[in-house]
Amino acid sequence: MATPAATELSEVTRDDASLRRFLHGLPGVDQVGVEQRAAGLGTRSIKKAAKLFAIDTAISMVDLTTLEGADTPGKVRTLAAKARRPDPDYPDVPHVGAVCVYPDLVEVAVTALAGSGVGVASVATAFPSGRSNLGVKLADTEMAVHAGASEIDMVIDRGAFLSGRYGRVFDEIVAVKAACGDAHLKVILETGELSTYDNVRRASWLALLAGGDFIKTSTGKVTPAATLPVTHVMLQAVRDWWERTGQLRGVKPAGGIRTTKDAIRYLVAVHEVAGPEWLSPELFRFGASSLLNDLLMQRRAQIEGHYSGPDYVTVD
Amino acid sequence: MSDRVSVAKTYKLYIGGAFPRSESGRVYAVTDSRGGFLANAAQASRKDARDAVAAARKAFPGWSGATAYNRGQVLYRVAELLEGRREQFVREVAASEGVKHAESVVNAAIDRWVWYAGWTDKVATVLGASNPVAGPYFSFSVPEPTGVVAALAPQSSSLLGLVSVVAPVIATGNTCVVVSSQNRPLPAITLSEVLATSDVPGGVVNVLTGRTGELAPWLASHADVNALDLTGAPESIRAELERAAAGTVKRVSRAGRGGEPDWTREPGVDRLRAVLETKTVWHPMGV
Repeated sequence: MATPAATELSEVTRDDASLRRFLHGLPGVDQVGVEQRAAGLGTRSIKKAAKLFAIDTAISMVDLTTLEGADTPGKVRTLAAKARRPDPDYPDVPHVGAVCVYPDLVEVAVTALAGSGVGVASVATAFPSGRSNLGVKLADTEMAVHAGASEIDMVIDRGAFLSGRYGRVFDEIVAVKAACGDAHLKVILETGELSTYDNVRRASWLALLAGGDFIKTSTGKVTPAATLPVTHVMLQAVRDWWERTGQLRGVKPAGGIRTTKDAIRYLVAVHEVAGPEWLSPELFRFGASSLLNDLLMQRRAQIEGHYSGPDYVTVD
Repeated sequence: MSDRVSVAKTYKLYIGGAFPRSESGRVYAVTDSRGGFLANAAQASRKDARDAVAAARKAFPGWSGATAYNRGQVLYRVAELLEGRREQFVREVAASEGVKHAESVVNAAIDRWVWYAGWTDKVATVLGASNPVAGPYFSFSVPEPTGVVAALAPQSSSLLGLVSVVAPVIATGNTCVVVSSQNRPLPAITLSEVLATSDVPGGVVNVLTGRTGELAPWLASHADVNALDLTGAPESIRAELERAAAGTVKRVSRAGRGGEPDWTREPGVDRLRAVLETKTVWHPMGV
């Protein structure tokens, strides 16, 4: 089965017309169904040891993010220290997945995280709007990779995608992927601007076809950011991709995930929709900043037997 | 003769300016002093207590940052609304406490609220100081609110006692999670309806109804609570609560030990002082 599927997919990307035919030939998303299933899985109760496991897993999946105009090297170093050891009182807390910064601060993050096993992710390609030409986007990417980023978060050209120029979006992702070299590529779909679940599914497949290692929901600069149903659709895409090609690709919801309860809902979705293989920082990440503190407070509450408070975690 | 079927109410909690049901879904029957059914009240769980503390914490910067004058006006407005509901309070106090002088109790409660409203902009002058120091400095001691206060309201005095516990906490700029009298929660519920329609921002006062003995340990050990008022705590668990509170170095008010205080007495500033911290500032005199 693998060979015909592989040839079929390489046919798909041969030209613009076949790409369009393939993407529009994908089955439509049942909006009511996916929202109901997302809501239903969200009610699952995770307690005690399972909760502790979920909290630790979620911590190891956090991409600790700071994407503000006011970011400074000092702030990035603080964040790096927190990424290495999220809760100094409990050395058994795992380190986070990565630290996510703008390209000009990658060097600072790389220095601060050397030898820790924490990745450095950088947004690139005219983040967050993606409105620039390919030359600038590639230069942006190369700058981040050159500075030592191990993961690149690129944004797709939503203008081109929404006006149906899929080939252009595809070529852009392929070019950025080539510029990434060894760095992992996360493709930000900005689902808040795609308006329908069908579009989310098409954009997911487009990004997977073009070689994105991760598909990521949002920049965090647009509302709505990540939602459970959208993440469901994207998880279905990576599962289907794995079934067709045998390759494992990841998903990263970003923006708006602030509480442990939310994070656990996402983990349930990952387990049920994609599968237990995806319950690893290699294949699932949270783009978040305030989530980590809530996870740490909940972890303390589980271990110490009483509720914790924001005075016991760092202020970022 | 009226054969109208009585409309029995099922009340909810008051958390963050909203009236949610208990997360646990539990309710319990509230009876009058002779055992007749009055209403159902929500039976809060530890998660409701946690949510209430989170709401109180969220409301703290705004309320403690408001000017003392503004807080005084907001509290006086509450007294006006209490006055408007006087008859309902009289009925509830009479039913739950079984007393004949309910009206004078309600009067005293409203007067106490006004009294504390007046204290908002005077407490800094009375409890603060300009300290004489041997050097070219000004030295000021300024009282500041301690933060989130968890209060166990008295069990017998369901309105006057409640007001005497809650008003000093919020008058000084703290925010409050109060567990109402277990068997007499109705005046507290009505007070929360008054607060919800007043200018007091949501989250400044959060009212939990339910079993005091079940909720108190979670509030006593909660790391985000700054002070604990044990007025209505069951005698059997007071020591345990103090021990739990010590784990996170809370201020503990041990009022109500060995029986409820006489609420009709002039309260003095003790309850105001109990929820204040003193900040001392040294400032060079210049030239």
